[in-house]
Amino acid sequence: MKVRYFAWVRERVGKAEEEIDPPPDIATVGELVAWLTRRGEGYAYAFENPKVIRSAIDKMHVQANARIEGAREIAFFPPMTGG
Amino acid sequence: MTTTIRLQREPFNAADEVAALTRGRTDIGALVTFTGICRAEEGGEPIAALNLEHYPDMAEAEIARHVGAAEARWSLLGATVIHRYGRIAPGEDIVLVVTASSHRQAAFAAAEFLMDYLKTRAPFWKQVEKTSGKSGVEKSWVEAKTADDTAADRWASS
Repeated sequence: MKVRYFAWVRERVGKAEEEIDPPPDIATVGELVAWLTRRGEGYAYAFENPKVIRSAIDKMHVQANARIEGAREIAFFPPMTGG
Repeated sequence: MTTTIRLQREPFNAADEVAALTRGRTDIGALVTFTGICRAEEGGEPIAALNLEHYPDMAEAEIARHVGAAEARWSLLGATVIHRYGRIAPGEDIVLVVTASSHRQAAFAAAEFLMDYLKTRAPFWKQVEKTSGKSGVEKSWVEAKTADDTAADRWASS
């Protein structure tokens, strides 16, 4: 699946998007965040406070307990500041 | 209902958008426009510009969902939402919301509802650009405000 990062999450991870292949026991968005956190320093920094991270699956907002099975694109970003 | 949703780098002209929405119509009795403008200061300090990052397809979809929710809630005859991205200088427009209805209450309420949700749910992120003496340009992300969440939440409970 494709993962996309925005704003300071993107800066900390060090890339805007990537293809990932998480192990099958990673079932939810929250578990995916924990898995990503273990991939390196940038990820650990980006996700150091998982409570503030917002997520979307296939361009819809979701909560951390949302299941990732079948997702084509998952995005992680800070709270939004548009308008 | 006439709906226009646009994300663009270029400036927009609010008067042109209002004219486009109302042209040839005699059913509209109330029209509200809201324009969000880039201030020259953020947190008491002067800024050089705002840089707006967005999640392209999701931003359009999310705005469309909220326009749909506004349409379900109030009797609207038209809605236009334009949100810019990229570098925006102080004094330039950032966002435009236009709502039209037969009577004023629906247009006022829907415009406020749309702005409250744009601030907290539409995937845009503002970065402030400040000019600093030594290194030239200093960039920092704007933090989300609790007041904006509170403003959006009140629509869920009323």
